[in-house]
Amino acid sequence: MADVAAAPPRAQHNWSIGWGDAGPFLALAALVAIGYLINPDFLSANNIANVVTRSAFIAIIAIGATFVISSGGLDLSVGSMAAFITGVMILFMNTVAPSVGTAAIPLGMAVALVTGIACGLLNGTIVTVGRIEPFIATLGTMGIFRALITYMTDGGTVAIDRSLRDAYRPVYFGDVLGVPIPILVSLAVALVAAYVLYRTRYGRRCVAVGANEDVARYSGISVTRIRITAYVIQGACVAIAAICYVPRLGAATPTTGLLWELQVITAVVIGGTALRGGRGRVWGTVAGAVILEFIANLMVLSDFVSEYLVAAVQGVIIIIAMLIQRMSKR
Amino acid sequence: MNAAQAHVPAPDGGPVLRAERLGKAFGGVTVLSEVTLDIRPGEIHAIIGENGAGKSTLMRLLSGYLQPSDGELLMDGAPIRFHTPSHAQSVGIALVHQEILLAEALTVAENIFIGREIARFGRLDERAMREAAAAQLAAIGCSVSPRARVGDLSIANRQLVQIAKALLGTHRVVIFDEPTAVLTHEEVDPLLDIIRALKQRGVAILYISHRLDEVERLADRVTVLRDGRMVGTYEAEGLTPQRMASLMVGREFASLYPPKLEPELGEPALEIAHAHVPGFVNDVSLTLRKGEILGLAGMIGAGRTELFEGLLGLRPASFGEVRLHGRPVHFRSPAEAARAGLGYLTEDRKGKGLLLGERLAPNLTLAALDRVHPFARLDLAGEAQQLDRAVRSYDIRLRSRDARAGQLSGGNQQKLLLAKVMLNDPTVLVIDEPTRGIDIANKSQIYAFIQSLVREGRSCIVISSEMQELIGLCDRILVMRSGRINGELSGDAMSESNVALYATSSVARERALEENAHG
Repeated sequence: MADVAAAPPRAQHNWSIGWGDAGPFLALAALVAIGYLINPDFLSANNIANVVTRSAFIAIIAIGATFVISSGGLDLSVGSMAAFITGVMILFMNTVAPSVGTAAIPLGMAVALVTGIACGLLNGTIVTVGRIEPFIATLGTMGIFRALITYMTDGGTVAIDRSLRDAYRPVYFGDVLGVPIPILVSLAVALVAAYVLYRTRYGRRCVAVGANEDVARYSGISVTRIRITAYVIQGACVAIAAICYVPRLGAATPTTGLLWELQVITAVVIGGTALRGGRGRVWGTVAGAVILEFIANLMVLSDFVSEYLVAAVQGVIIIIAMLIQRMSKR
Repeated sequence: MNAAQAHVPAPDGGPVLRAERLGKAFGGVTVLSEVTLDIRPGEIHAIIGENGAGKSTLMRLLSGYLQPSDGELLMDGAPIRFHTPSHAQSVGIALVHQEILLAEALTVAENIFIGREIARFGRLDERAMREAAAAQLAAIGCSVSPRARVGDLSIANRQLVQIAKALLGTHRVVIFDEPTAVLTHEEVDPLLDIIRALKQRGVAILYISHRLDEVERLADRVTVLRDGRMVGTYEAEGLTPQRMASLMVGREFASLYPPKLEPELGEPALEIAHAHVPGFVNDVSLTLRKGEILGLAGMIGAGRTELFEGLLGLRPASFGEVRLHGRPVHFRSPAEAARAGLGYLTEDRKGKGLLLGERLAPNLTLAALDRVHPFARLDLAGEAQQLDRAVRSYDIRLRSRDARAGQLSGGNQQKLLLAKVMLNDPTVLVIDEPTRGIDIANKSQIYAFIQSLVREGRSCIVISSEMQELIGLCDRILVMRSGRINGELSGDAMSESNVALYATSSVARERALEENAHG
């Protein structure tokens, strides 16, 4: 004890910060170790690649949510938004495919991106200009997007046109040097996001707004612009996730993306981002998304717990993560 | 049951409540010591003192919100300890809070009985509560319906509801903590009548106020506190507001302040004409000259902070005209003001000034990100150099570079905040409460910084509730009261009693105008 007390305060400080930030990665490592002990197949390259690929959508959306949450907001509409964007994209591609052929795919991607940005702009504007609690505002748009996709699909399914299916397939199922494309996409998104959040003026302002809106306003920061931008980033991320998701699903349905918002928020919180804002952790979020998928995978591979309880386990994890955040704050 | 009935005063006519050498310390810091006073039935006993003199600590000790660390309380001559506010209440000590603490969504009757509901077999007896509430309100001459929603009432009526609530049940001592602070001028008189009526019924009244003219009109005796100690208790008869003010502040100047420069006053640096901030500021005009330190005095709530928040676009306001170095300006945000060369240092350093959980460098550069980081990418090395420079120039003491702003002492936080605002290189700086809650050594450093800024050709407005600070630092002082400029002082006229008089008394304005007319 005496040695610890005698250590320079600086070293002690660094150590404690490192520990807090490393939390999600340590949890991930522990999970991998447990998984290997339960079932050695867990660690096979194939399984790992599979699980991480599946976690990519949640990871990409959750990276966007990291901006919204660290700026002091919340977006419950991401799941419905993903379904809506998927629907718009597929309908658009199917419409133009007869005339432009496979060029419909990049055009569709652009349409998806524009739709996502527009959705984010809508959320951000309602929250900031309309001064409505993010929870309520995005609860509203969540219903709107969900109803729109149900309406567009007429309650059924809108499948991607056969002529496009094979051409689009590699976006999800393809790989580069053995690494599945969704993993590469989510890595790229995370790299850009980490740069923006940690190394740009925007990121600094985003976190400042979340930490204390008054301080930000008195420091001459346009809180409205920062908040709206965070929602726009979220919308763009949802669009990117939807673009990757289309080949796997092959169709948009009214149940696409159901309850994704829960997984997204869980991933962000496990990753160490403060739910009340002021602290964002991009790589922690990625780790959080992978953790969620690993747990689901473990439950499938082992016989201890029924896989029907996956959502329950994830629910328990978000509560534990919040408790840890609370305790580490004191 | 007539809920508004007061208890019979003690038969011997002695004090109801007596504080004997009462003292309070928080973690080694003494905020109140050796206060001895008594409160007699049928008397209005006023407590006056500057901000921080210990008035509210004393009031909280007397009403059970705090436990004394020294001395004791005597009720009817017998020692008593109040374990909780409700214990004090149960023996007849009622407190009317300064802020209005009512649930706006509930009705008047529900608010009066909150926590003390009348129920029959577990079912609320609404009728009984409404009737008792009506009687309670009638007793203080308030005509509000018990069914009215508190949120729909005027502030004055809310205050009355709050008083009715405090008077529910036994009340032998009623403590009013600045009850008129939230009221407009016209609303004050009816309240004073209510307090006098209580006195007539033999209730002992403790009246805490900033407004010395009210104290003069109302009090029988006056106890003056200064720096947590008692100056004395005086008969109110013949005690003028001027005398009260000098008792409140009467102390010698230390060499806390840098020697005053003979200001070479240049062109007007900031001119504000006909400023209106709804609810706070009413037709204020002022001119700050280049090289000047202009003080803005007044009690909390006089509208000083709101004037500048309005100027920066932080709250709705209208201006006849604002000129910065002669150019007409209109700011919609602090960013625009900063670009034009006007800096504002908030009085609320923890709530509006610094991100307490954030490291020092991001705090330092937050208001000047575009300046420190010319490209969207953060220049972290440049930022570290800026921090080094600020730490040296403003003598910010820190244990580690990784410290969070919240870990610094108040004085060092204030220096960091000053450095932050100065990064934008303002030509006109408005500093709101430059030394609130910081120790003497840091205070004196900050005064020196302010003076050196002016020596560099900048101009400065200092808003402060500490009169000595303004007198020691400023070339000229404007005193605000209730949203208006109530007086201007310079040279030898800058005395604490004059500032206190202008800040608290409405007669001062007319008197000064008269004097000007004759002189």
